[in-house]
Amino acid sequence: MSMPFYVPPEQLMKDRADYARKNIARGRDLIACSAREGIVIVTENQFRTLYKISEIYDRIAFGGVGKYNEFEMLRVGGVRQADLKGYQFSREDVNARALANLYGQTLGQVFTHEMKPYEVEILLAEVGVTPAEDKLYHITYDGTVMDEEGCTVLGGRAESISEALETRFEQGMDANDAIRLCVELLAAPNSTLGPHQLEVAMLDRARARRAFRRIDEAELTEILGTSESSATTSS
Amino acid sequence: MFDSTSPSYGPWRGPGSSFVDFLRHVAPDNLPSAGLSGPATGAGTISIVHGTTVLAIRYDGGVVMAGDRRATAGYSIASRRVEKVFAADDYSGVAIAGAAGPAVELVKLFQVQLEHYEKIEGEILSLEGKANQLGQLVRANLPAAMQGFVVVPLFAGYDERRARGRVFSYDATGGKYEEADFQTNGSGGVHARNWIKAIWHETMTRDEVIDLSLRALFAAADEDTATGGPDIVRGIFPTIAVISASGFEPVAEEVVAGRAQALIGGREEGAGL
Repeated sequence: MSMPFYVPPEQLMKDRADYARKNIARGRDLIACSAREGIVIVTENQFRTLYKISEIYDRIAFGGVGKYNEFEMLRVGGVRQADLKGYQFSREDVNARALANLYGQTLGQVFTHEMKPYEVEILLAEVGVTPAEDKLYHITYDGTVMDEEGCTVLGGRAESISEALETRFEQGMDANDAIRLCVELLAAPNSTLGPHQLEVAMLDRARARRAFRRIDEAELTEILGTSESSATTSS
Repeated sequence: MFDSTSPSYGPWRGPGSSFVDFLRHVAPDNLPSAGLSGPATGAGTISIVHGTTVLAIRYDGGVVMAGDRRATAGYSIASRRVEKVFAADDYSGVAIAGAAGPAVELVKLFQVQLEHYEKIEGEILSLEGKANQLGQLVRANLPAAMQGFVVVPLFAGYDERRARGRVFSYDATGGKYEEADFQTNGSGGVHARNWIKAIWHETMTRDEVIDLSLRALFAAADEDTATGGPDIVRGIFPTIAVISASGFEPVAEEVVAGRAQALIGGREEGAGL
């Protein structure tokens, strides 16, 4: 029987974190912002039907970056848990915090006990009656759960985008302005993103029950188009 | 934890996009039929609440569903304002007759099932798929039905792929039957159906079918003690919903009240009711 080599836990965790971070950074980032009309979620996505943003429950949306099959599995698990809770108790009792903790536990468990960590970061957004009541949970590959205010960025460039976002984001800004800001910040320096490269969804505050809706290419073209025309008129 | 999605469960053997299968796996006691089967005690020894007359009628642009508001327990009136017509999702509705408790639970589960499928798959089930799902839920209730807790829903919806309204009825074994144009259910159903049969024709408009459903329910209430008629004193009128290309829309209570009152006025003048 061979003895396994001793690896100090610091080294083991660092290796896993580096592995996860490196692979997450290869994907595209995602931004969620709390705007006046609701929470807008914007990400770059080259696929038309493999979504990174989805509906979890009446007021709750999911966003994932990193490895698609891994966050897709977590999304399905989230829908199941939310529907189960709503069925057993009541629709009002389903909230993002409980789910965020569940995601945190799952990712933390996998990070420490499995061969390799999940190469994902997860967003859970819950829209409130006012922007002040919106909740944004950002869960990282190691199970860390963060409760963010106003906006949050997921992905490899999260830090640099967050810095730029902080200076330009305003509490209670218009949803279309927020989308335009997100698109601008997601684009690599000296380039722009077109509607066909983007996936945009919104948790619409005004909707009666199911707040989630996708903003399709036609609508997005209109939203992004107006920014160009206003830019030209103002200059 | 997400044990249902963990690798040991496997993507092929899991509940997939079915909430009912997931529930059966994690919390079988929460299924509508749980606890209602077992050794026969003789149906009707406990007095349970029953819903009575519901109907669904097709018209040119979709379907109209309606139900009276009475629930009975034995010879007593259990409720005067019960709702028996529910939206199953944006494009379909379900109307219940029979044992009210399991029926309402069944509708609740059906609603979650449709929405669950939609969220997981990213698209809405076909109308045929929805109708089959409801049949499976009714069949799962069979042991309870043998005890006397029979639930037989009516299902109707707008089939977007075929651009028409469709009506389905069920028996206690989950057998699904598509109706050509209309169907009724519940203790007063036969009276309502006869009324509809005499009047319905292919070119009826939405408003004409709403009136027809009110008249048919009136006819059922006239003949059947368990069916409630329009209650002028308390202002309680049948529930009516229209399902068309623009989705499931309940007809506003004031509108139903107005039409019901006009109908009663017509009756006083001897308009054939």
